[in-house]
Amino acid sequence: MTNSIILEDTDILASQIPDGAKIAIFKDCGVPMELGRALIRRKARNLHIVTVPTGGILIDLLIGAGCVKTIETAGISLGEFGPAPRFVDAIKQAKVQILDATCPAIYAGLQAGEKGIPFMPLRGLIGSDILANRPDIKTIDNPYAEDKDPVVVLPAITPDIAIFHVSIADREGNLYIARQSELKIMAHAARQTFVTAEQIVDYNILENEELAAASISSLYVSGVAEALRGAWPLNLPGHYEIDSGELEKYSRCATEDKTFQTYVRTRITDGYADATAA
Amino acid sequence: MKREELLIATIADMLGDAKHIAVGVLSPIPGSAALLARARSNGQTRLSIIGSQKEPYRTDGGVDLFDCAGQGRVDAFFLSGGQIDGEANINLTGIGAYPQQDVRWSGAFGSAYLYFMVPRVILFREKHSREVFVPRVDFISAPGTSPANIYRPGGPYALVTSLCVFLFDRNKKHFRLKSVHPGHTLEEVRDQTGFAFDYTEKVPTTSEPDKQTLDLIRGDIAKTIADPYPAFARKVWSIA
Repeated sequence: MTNSIILEDTDILASQIPDGAKIAIFKDCGVPMELGRALIRRKARNLHIVTVPTGGILIDLLIGAGCVKTIETAGISLGEFGPAPRFVDAIKQAKVQILDATCPAIYAGLQAGEKGIPFMPLRGLIGSDILANRPDIKTIDNPYAEDKDPVVVLPAITPDIAIFHVSIADREGNLYIARQSELKIMAHAARQTFVTAEQIVDYNILENEELAAASISSLYVSGVAEALRGAWPLNLPGHYEIDSGELEKYSRCATEDKTFQTYVRTRITDGYADATAA
Repeated sequence: MKREELLIATIADMLGDAKHIAVGVLSPIPGSAALLARARSNGQTRLSIIGSQKEPYRTDGGVDLFDCAGQGRVDAFFLSGGQIDGEANINLTGIGAYPQQDVRWSGAFGSAYLYFMVPRVILFREKHSREVFVPRVDFISAPGTSPANIYRPGGPYALVTSLCVFLFDRNKKHFRLKSVHPGHTLEEVRDQTGFAFDYTEKVPTTSEPDKQTLDLIRGDIAKTIADPYPAFARKVWSIA
């Protein structure tokens, strides 16, 4: 196998992601859980995580495992399973720097990155403490308005790396992304994209009209590894549902650092969780 | 009649003329109210329920939904707050010296944008206490009002709690008590609310849903809201 875009396994993929990188991570329907666990195994450090646009268990895991220096996010939560305990703890102890945002502001920043332009305007935000605490976000006067019309301009977000999990990739590195169109914005704005796929297929995704309509070309992709149930314990539409039992277990373990570290040891570093079990 | 059913009906009564209603995360009661409004419109009202996989409600809450609101195509939305103050500022971020806050919540999510863009935002918070309803929020995740020179087609319309309904006056930047729920009193509301609001001594009682509405809630709506809120459907109506 000489195609260098297809990597043997997720651990090798994770070794391609350097410490200190700015990494965009997708919020659901393709969260790269196995790749995230591989980052924890290789003791990644000082990451700047940009959640697209919010985050959950993976972000909480990365923060608790000491991988994160900066978290740029519109919100971190375990959803139905409650708050994200390691995130909350890290904020209270000032263990991470936080850049609070609002969802469309993160999309706007990525869209500016996607277009190669310095900023993207967005309505809203003015008068919020979100804006007041982001000196890196500026407000300008709408140059096309007759009267004064202040509008926020989001600086471009150009992640070093975008990571996510898809159902199908081909041997060229083309990706099928189904309904998750946000993944395109991420892959376009980021310098490199690393992806896990349930399955790597021998046919060319771009030569299939239906698949091509919801795809990302290998132009944007730096590395792909096959990872069965790579989004576990979260869902992958059309493949598997969220594993509520595991989320509940995590939400309990993560309330304290000691039980959290045990969870990481038994599920991630020393003993791999059997993600292929139903 | 369960409290949740009263709240669902009360909120639905505010959505009658909305053509497109969006429902955010962790919002089973507003979601149920939106479904009820849709049922009453004979399926004419469009819903976008974040987290639902069911057509025709499905939305991933991504770029499309925010763009839709920017185009003026979302008529109603729901927001809440760890704290909400008398000028309808909401705090979804936390309490204490930012950023190292003693109490840290999940974050603003889409509120700092949608509060500006959606014409009818209904604030909903079941828990009605001075801890929540403060004179002034510690952190403004999204402001209740904006100065006249700020482009803002949207904002707060009402605040619904387990005790009562307030309407918001955007010009006065002030809440007015509209009704108190059956079994509760004006005194309770005044006791549990940390901000000043307008009221009359003889406050109306929130009207209870009629039998037809209750049947609808307990039937179709309960079954539908079970995706994406199975735990809620189980708790309220014992739907598996």
